[in-house]
Formats: sequence, structure tokens, C-alpha cells
Amino acid sequence: MANDPIHQFQISKIIPIEVGGLDFSFTNSSLFMVATVAAASGFLFLTTSNRGMVPSRMQSISEMCYEFVASMLRDGAGSAGMRFFPMVFSLFMFVLVANLLGMFPYFFTVTSHIIVTFALAILVIGTVVVYGFMKHGLGFLNLFVPSGVPGMLLPLVVLIEVISFLSRPISLSVRLFANMLAGHITLKVFAGFVTSLGALGALGIGGAILPLVMTVALTGLEFLVAFLQAYVFAVLTCMYLNDALHPGH
Amino acid sequence: MLVTAAHAATEQAAEHAAEGNFPPFDSSTFASQLLWLAITFGLFYLFMSRVVLPRIGSILETRRDRIAQDLNEASRLKEEADQAFAAYEQELADAKSKAHEIAQAARDAAKSDADDERAKVEADVAGKLEKAEAEIAAVKKKALAEVGAIAADTTAAIVSQLIGGTVTKAKLNAAVKAAAEGRD
Repeated sequence: MANDPIHQFQISKIIPIEVGGLDFSFTNSSLFMVATVAAASGFLFLTTSNRGMVPSRMQSISEMCYEFVASMLRDGAGSAGMRFFPMVFSLFMFVLVANLLGMFPYFFTVTSHIIVTFALAILVIGTVVVYGFMKHGLGFLNLFVPSGVPGMLLPLVVLIEVISFLSRPISLSVRLFANMLAGHITLKVFAGFVTSLGALGALGIGGAILPLVMTVALTGLEFLVAFLQAYVFAVLTCMYLNDALHPGH
Repeated sequence: MLVTAAHAATEQAAEHAAEGNFPPFDSSTFASQLLWLAITFGLFYLFMSRVVLPRIGSILETRRDRIAQDLNEASRLKEEADQAFAAYEQELADAKSKAHEIAQAARDAAKSDADDERAKVEADVAGKLEKAEAEIAAVKKKALAEVGAIAADTTAAIVSQLIGGTVTKAKLNAAVKAAAEGRD
């Protein structure tokens, strides 16, 4: 079981809670959600508590996160998009810290479960739809009608636009989920080679060097992916919010 | 070796998926995950939007204001410094020309004083010289005038000593006079 690459995604109950037949247990997943939020909040809160005019190193990390997301949102959705800044910032920090926490050995990766990433994606698309209709009324449907398309092609183009819009929450959630899942499985598989080859004796130990090198390299790659996927998630959120703000293409 | 091991691992994963207990697709855990995600992410969102983001925003705002203010202050001070420097230069130039004037006036005054003094001294000296010359002339004149009388007396004394008897005063005078003129 120790070598099972899927075992790391197993959810185990810590405090069983059941309400009306539904299982709301506090699990290892819940524990790491709490840890993610606590780590991110704690870092951002404590490093900025001095409100230094000249920032300390840690404070400037928090400021960099703030300005990174702010400029991402401003570039993606214009200054009107800044009303969604808390949401985009929370999403980015949550996904980033969850991904990075998942890199610790024996830690659970919250974002390696499709339901979590899907819920976050639905939050984004739900915000886009609700705000789009609130702001533009039925004008929001212009999103599906690109300007300058000949009348004959219009039904087809509208159909494609609708499908692409509906596939957004799926692509947004699957991208993050699949990256985290595949990365952790690969890492575990290669790390498993090291132990199983090492058990074969002297020759095996020599042969285990290759997967060990791979594991080290993959660990580096996974840190990159952890950051990159949080960034991609946030950038796409900004682009989708831009549709809610300016549906006229 | 590697390939077979990888194959085994993938097979194992596939078996899990086939059995329906591949954890990410196990729908029995969805309710719990969704609930706890909603709780934790909701709290995180609230904390970010109420506390952390306004705080970082205000830090950045304050810093931006402070920098702008400092730049303004710096340019104001530079302007002041420039003005002060210009005023200083002006004052220095004024002071220099004033000093020059004062020096010139002092030199002029000293010169005219010296001239006056010299003129006065010269006039004094000239007066004294004139007076001295006049005195000398008077003394000389008086001396010359008395020379005849002395000569006559001396002559009378000599005559009386040499030849005895007296000679009249008129004769003596005429003889002295004739002798003085003859000697000239």
C-alpha cells in the first residue's frame, strides 16, 4: 500500500459528522483546507501588521502578491474589474497555498480533488453570469453574438460560443485538478521506483539513481506547476470576469 | 525495469478507477469537501476582503502618497535653496560693490586729508622760512649797519693808540666808508 500512487488522494475522516444522511465529516481534506486558509491568512496578516513604510522582506512578499494580482486583474479586466479584486486575490492565494502545501511529503493536496476545483470554477462562472445579467440585463447575451459575423453563419457561431462558455467551468477545474493529480502521481511513481529498485541489491541501488534524479527534477517542476496553475486559474478568472464587465467583445 | 514498474503503477491506478474508489471521483466525499471548502474559503474571502486587502492597500497608498509628498517637498526645498543661493549671490555682489565704494571713499578721504595736512605743513614751513629769512635779513642789515660804527670805534681806538689824539667822528666815518667801499 505504501507504493500505491493513489493512496495519497485518499480521504479519511477525522471527525465524523453526518447531517440528514449526508456525510459532512471533518476529513484530512478539510484539515488541509483549514491549514491552507490559516497559513495564507496568517502570513498575509502577520507580515503586514507593522504597516512598515519601508517594508520588511516578509511584508514585501505580501505586497508583491497584492500587486501581482492587482496588475493581473487590471490588465485582464480593466479598472472596473477591481471590484472583484478580493475574490480573485482569495482564489489565487487559496489555490497557490493549497498547491504548495501539497508539495510537503505526507500532506494532502486539496486541489487534487475535482470537486474542489470544480466548486471554485463554478464560483467564478457563477459570479460572471450573475454580475453580467445584473449589470447588462439581457445585453449580457451579446457575449454569444460576436459582431461582424454574416447572418448565415450566426446560428452556428452562437452555438459554438455557447458551448465554449459552458465548457469554461469544466476546463478551468479539470486543468487545475489534472495537473495536481498527475504531478503527484508521477512523483510518487518515480519515488516508488527508487525504493523498489533499491530493494534489489547492489545493482538495484545503482539503477535507482536514475529515478532518484527524476524525482528531484520533478519536485522542482511540481513547484513550478503549483505556482503556474494558481496563476493560470487567476488569469482565466480575470478574462472571464472581463466578459461579465464588457460583454460586447 | 522502469517501464514495467511504471506499467504496474498505472495499472494499479487504473484498477482503482475501475473499482470506483478512485478517491477524486468518489462522490461520497463530495458533500463534506464542498461544505468545508465553502466554510474555509468563505472565511478566507471575508478575512481577505475585510482585513488584509484594505490593510495592504492602505500601506501601498500611504507609501505612494508619502513618496509624492516627499518629492514635492524636495522640489520645494530645492527651489528655496536656489532662491536663497540667488539672494546670497545678490547680497554678496552688493556687499562687494559697497565695500569697494567704502574703500574708495576712505582712500579719497585719506588722500585729501593727507593733501590738506601737507599743504598746511608746507604753508607753515614756508611761513617760518620766510620769517626766518626776514629775521636773518633784519639781523644782517642791523649787523651791517653796526659794522660801520664798530669799525669807526675800532679805528678811533687804533688811531688814538697809534698816533695819540682824537679824530672827529665825521672824518672817521668817511674814512671807514671809503675803506669799505675800496675793499669792495
